[in-house]
Amino acid sequence: MRPVPWRPARLLARSPQTPTARTLVFSVPGWPGHLPGQHVDVRLTAADGYRAVRSYSLAAPADGERVELGVQSVPGGEVSPYLADVLPVDALVEVRGPLGNWFVLRPGTLAPVLLVAGGAGVVPLVSMVRAHRAAALRGPLRLLYSVRGPDDLWYREQWADRHADFDLALLYTRVAPPGDRRGPERITARDLAAAAAALGPDGTAYVCGPTGFVESAADLLTGLGVDPATVRTERFG
Amino acid sequence: MADTAAHLDGNSLAGPLSEILAVEPTAAWWRCPECARSGPLAELHVYGPEPGLTARCPGCAYIALRLVREDGYAWLTMGSAAGAFRFPTA
Amino acid sequence: MTSFSPGFQGRGRRPADRLPPGQYPTEQFPVLSAGPTPKVPTATWEFTVTTERGATHRWSWEQMMALPQEDTVHDIHCVTRWTKFDTHWRGVPLDVFLAEVDTSADFAVVAGHGGYTTNLPLQDLRDGRAWLVHSYDGYPLSPEHGGPARLLVPHLYFWKSAKWVRGLRLTHEDEPGFWEGAGYHDYGDPWREQRTWGD
Repeated sequence: MRPVPWRPARLLARSPQTPTARTLVFSVPGWPGHLPGQHVDVRLTAADGYRAVRSYSLAAPADGERVELGVQSVPGGEVSPYLADVLPVDALVEVRGPLGNWFVLRPGTLAPVLLVAGGAGVVPLVSMVRAHRAAALRGPLRLLYSVRGPDDLWYREQWADRHADFDLALLYTRVAPPGDRRGPERITARDLAAAAAALGPDGTAYVCGPTGFVESAADLLTGLGVDPATVRTERFG
Repeated sequence: MADTAAHLDGNSLAGPLSEILAVEPTAAWWRCPECARSGPLAELHVYGPEPGLTARCPGCAYIALRLVREDGYAWLTMGSAAGAFRFPTA
Repeated sequence: MTSFSPGFQGRGRRPADRLPPGQYPTEQFPVLSAGPTPKVPTATWEFTVTTERGATHRWSWEQMMALPQEDTVHDIHCVTRWTKFDTHWRGVPLDVFLAEVDTSADFAVVAGHGGYTTNLPLQDLRDGRAWLVHSYDGYPLSPEHGGPARLLVPHLYFWKSAKWVRGLRLTHEDEPGFWEGAGYHDYGDPWREQRTWGD
């Protein structure tokens, strides 16, 4: 096996997810395919040769040369504002991947799966939801998705169109929409209790989000009796 | 520095380590010699990326590995002591 | 050759007389970390110098603050290629501590809370070239920049200026520290671009 090569990636389309989050779809000739949950490194090169590399999660299951990323623009960031709003459609960046072999959902998984997303941490998890939807044979899948308010919700069309064996709970932390009986608050043990119980001995939990969110959600799960060895986490900045 | 948090986790080492390792490393098992906690490389706490990547035990912060990269080379140090392997990467 | 990421500029980088080779100037003060930020209360803070014969000299926070203080202005050079001009510090020259220490050692291993270490020739800590600093820009040094006190050795790459400094161990041999043992240069002169072992 050789090192994972850098491949040219052409931006095909960009669409807004929230006021500051974008979906970027690239075409990557020679892309070998990937598993839900995997990520890529994106490399930018300035005119004088200066380079910057950042990791971004893949937001959709493998589909030929098409690679979909989710980018949250971070104010003052060196890379994310460029990808979110500057890189022209049809221009090239370089990507390396697919990367990661731990935070992945393998096809054909029949045991229960719990996904816990905080903010932009939903990106690798929506890839798992989309793969689950496409598979004929599958176990139960549940997503708990924590966001600040309705304006911060990614992938709305995905949540509007539910499919069998998939269950979704939206947890608002600052602003709840009218009719939301939970009220805005951070994720609690109460939010996770039923999902933790439904995992059973064979289930796996995937938790992705900012570091603080991941630590607290993973602690809540283990506090509810979930075996820490079955909780997989991914943190981002 | 707004793009980087206090620490990431071992998932983020997949790309950098792919430059020198033939086997995907994030599922590799590791046991902490300090506190005996064990788990996959993906769950280590990773600081950096500059001046180097430092991966630490999530339980006790013991140093699992350090990775320093420059043009054409990557320096890999396993464990907490000195002693880096320099790999060509160009 | 294909052009990647058109219009990407990255951080501003331009040459200047005071800029060592391969560096770019920044107005920011980036925080680089290799581990959790330790909380070090000044009530229990201590600075020690241990000689090659095992004799240990100790200063409490109050004793250190009672020593002669200096305000000092320097350009600092990080091996990650940023240089920050005219940084203002206040602290105690290392000469003041070392004047009380009888040693024939040639090297020092600097230790910080959290396990960080860095090595350098003892001579580079003398003659007004190194300080133990506790204030930056007129304010107490913040924890992410090494507070309550860090080393300042501005003529070497900034990783030598150990954060959360707690002591020096004086040695006859040069013993690689945290980054020196992982590929970085034992001396680290920014004007000679001594970044890694090969340089």
